Amino acid sequence: MSSEWKFTTKDLAEKPELLMPGHRACAGCGPAVVYRQILKATRGPIIATNATGCMEVVTTIYPYTAWRIPWIHTAFENVAANAAGIETALKVMKRKGHLKHDHIDVIAFAGDGGTYDIGLQALSGAVERGHDFLYVLYDNEAYMNTGIQRSGGTPHCASTTTSPAGRVIPGKPEYKKPIADIMVAHGIPYVAAASPAYWRDLITKARKGLEVKGPAFLHALAPCPRGWRYDTSKTIEIARLAVETCVFPLWEAVDGEHSLSAPSKVIALKPERKKPVREYLKNQGRFRHLFTPEFEHIIDEIEHIVDRRWKLLLKKCGMA
Amino acid sequence: MTVVKQKLLALSGDEAVAYAVKQSDVDVVAAYPITPQTIIVEKFSEYVHNGEVDTEFICVESEHSALTACLAAAATGARTFTASASAGLALMHEILYVTSGCRAPVVMTIVNRALSAPINIHCDHADSMVERDASWIQIYVENSQEAYDSTIQAFKIAEHPDILLPAMVMLDAFFLSHTLESVNVLLDATVREFVGTRKIPLVRSHEGKLVPFKLDPKNPVTMGPLDLYDYYFEHKKQQEEAMQRALQTIKQVHDEYGEISGRRYGNGLIDPYRLEDADIAAICVGSTAGTTKVVVDQLRAKGVKAGLLRLRTYRPFPSQDLREALENVKAIAVMDRSNSFGAYGGPIFHEVRHVLYDAPTRPQVVNYIYGLGGRDMPQALIHEIYKDLQKIVKTKRVEKPVQFIGVRE
Repeated sequence: MSSEWKFTTKDLAEKPELLMPGHRACAGCGPAVVYRQILKATRGPIIATNATGCMEVVTTIYPYTAWRIPWIHTAFENVAANAAGIETALKVMKRKGHLKHDHIDVIAFAGDGGTYDIGLQALSGAVERGHDFLYVLYDNEAYMNTGIQRSGGTPHCASTTTSPAGRVIPGKPEYKKPIADIMVAHGIPYVAAASPAYWRDLITKARKGLEVKGPAFLHALAPCPRGWRYDTSKTIEIARLAVETCVFPLWEAVDGEHSLSAPSKVIALKPERKKPVREYLKNQGRFRHLFTPEFEHIIDEIEHIVDRRWKLLLKKCGMA
Repeated sequence: MTVVKQKLLALSGDEAVAYAVKQSDVDVVAAYPITPQTIIVEKFSEYVHNGEVDTEFICVESEHSALTACLAAAATGARTFTASASAGLALMHEILYVTSGCRAPVVMTIVNRALSAPINIHCDHADSMVERDASWIQIYVENSQEAYDSTIQAFKIAEHPDILLPAMVMLDAFFLSHTLESVNVLLDATVREFVGTRKIPLVRSHEGKLVPFKLDPKNPVTMGPLDLYDYYFEHKKQQEEAMQRALQTIKQVHDEYGEISGRRYGNGLIDPYRLEDADIAAICVGSTAGTTKVVVDQLRAKGVKAGLLRLRTYRPFPSQDLREALENVKAIAVMDRSNSFGAYGGPIFHEVRHVLYDAPTRPQVVNYIYGLGGRDMPQALIHEIYKDLQKIVKTKRVEKPVQFIGVRE
C-alpha cells in the first residue's frame, strides 16, 4: 500500500481538471464534487467507465463531453463488467505489444442504484475474478436520475417518490444495505468509506484504491440537494454531519483489516464529540416528517441503529 | 490466388467454431454457461489452459456481463468473441443494441435453441430471430464446415472500417453443434493472414482531432454518451447505412475467403440450389437446407422443377438478390423454424413475401412453421411442402397461406 503518499493543496490545485466545468449537474451536486476529488487522485493514464445515472447524463450530453480522459458508458447494471472487459483487453494488448502505455488504470463509477441493486451481480462477479480496478460508488441514496425513487442505499424512513412519507408508512420501511461490508466479505484488498467533506481523506483513499493490485471499492457519500431536499449551499456541511453523527463513519479495510480514518477516529477516542443524529436529519426535507409528534420516536430508533452499527465498526477496528 | 493447403478434421459444429476462433488471433473471450452453454467455450478454455492461444478468457457471472465485457474490450481495441444460445441471448438483449450502437465489432456464435417456457434446449430459431432488429449482422450456416468458415469471415466483416457492426453466426443446436462432420481447416498462418490484426479506424473527437476510435488515454474519446433527439436519429441512420454497406462487404469477404479455401456458399448472401429454372422453391435457413437438397434431387429425378433458396445472410436482408433469384419461380414455400406469435406467419415469411411484392411477376408465397423445440424435419414432410406447391401452381389457388407442419393437431 502507498500509505506514505501525501497530497498537498498546492499539488491538487496544480493538477489539471480531468472533469471539465460546464457539465450540467445541479447546483450543489454532491456526486460532481466527489468525481472532481477522485480525479485529482489519478497517477497516470486512466480509462473511466460509468454506469447509467446522474453523472453519466450530466457529463456527456452529445455532442459535448466534460471528460478529458477516455470514458465509456454502456448500461445501468454492468459497469463492473465494463471495467472487467477494459482491464482484460489492456492486459492482453500489452502482452501482444499493441499498447503504447506501460500501465493504464481503470476506474468504474456508479451510483447507489447501479451498485446496491441492479449492478450488484456484475460487481460481485468482477471482484470475485480479481480484476485490477477501482470501483467508486457515489451514494446519493436514491435513484436521483430517474426521479428520487428508493434504492437499497436509501436510509430508513427517508421519503422518496416510491417510499413517500405517508400517513401510515413514514418513508422507507427498510434499512440501508451495508454494501461496503458486503464488499469486504468478498475478500478484496481494499475497501474504504469516504465523504467529500474530508477531501484529503477521500482523495487519498481513491489513490490507494488505484494503486492497490486487484479490485478496490470506494464508498463515497454524495449528498443530493434535489433528492435530500436541502439548500444547495449545504452539501459539504451535510456530508460532514453524516460523519460527525456516525451515520456515515469513515474507515478503510486493507486486506480485510479495518481501521478508522482520522475524522471518525477522533469521535472514537472522544465519544462526547459525537453529535446527535437529529443534527444530521433536521436540515433534510426527506426526513422532515420525522419532526412531527406522530413520528418523532423514529429519530430515537435511528439513533439506536446508528449506535449499534458504530459499535460494530469500532469492534472491527479494535477500538471497542 | 490459389486454393491453399488444408487439413481434414473430424469436428462437431461447436468444435469447428472453437477451432476457427483459436486461429483468428482473438484477444478477449468472455462467456457464461446459461441453460446450457455449448462446447464452443469449453473447447476454447482448453486452448487457453493449454497455452495454445494468446487470449484472455473471462468466466463472467452472466451472459449480460459476457457481452458487456466483450463490448468494453472491443471499445478498448481488442478483438473479442463470445458464444451464447437461447436464454443467454435473451438476457443479452439490452446489450446487443448497446454493442451495435457503440459500433463495437464483437463476433458471437449462437447455437440456435428454443426459448423457454417450457424449457427446452433443442433447436429452433426463436432466440436469434427475435434479435433481428438489433443491428447485428446475422449469418445462418448449413453445416459445420460453413460454421468454421463463417466464423473466420465474421471477424473480417465486423471489423471492416466501412462496417463496424457486431456479427452473429448461427448454427443449429445438436443437428450441427453436437454432430461430428469432416471439416477442412485452413492452416493457422493462413487464417492469421486472412483476418489480420484489428485495424482501428480514425474518427473526429470532440476536440476536433482525428483520433483512433478506441479508449486511448493519448486521445480521449467519450463513448456511449447521452444522445437525445438532436443527434440520436442521425446515429441510428449511420447504423442503417453501415448495414446496407455490409451487403457488399459480406460478398467481398466471402469471395476472398473462397479464393483461398475453394469453398463458397452461393454469393455469401443467398445460396440457391437448382433454382435457375425452378417452378417451385422452398426457402429456409440453417441445417434443414441439407435435407431439402436431397428432396429437391429426388423431385428433379422425377422431372419436377423444384429448387431451394437457402438464406445465408438474414441481416442485412439481401432483398435484391432474393428478388432476382425468385422472380421467375411460380410458388414459394418459406420455412420458418420460429413463430412470431399473433403475426401473419413467421419472420422469414414476412420479409420474403414483402420483398416479392415488388417483383414484376408476383409469385405465390406460403409459409410453414416447422421444427419448434428441436422437432425433426424429415424428408417426408418436406415432400409434403413441395406437393402443396405443385398444387398451388396447378390450381392457382392457395388454401392455407400459413400453416404449422409436423405438429399434432
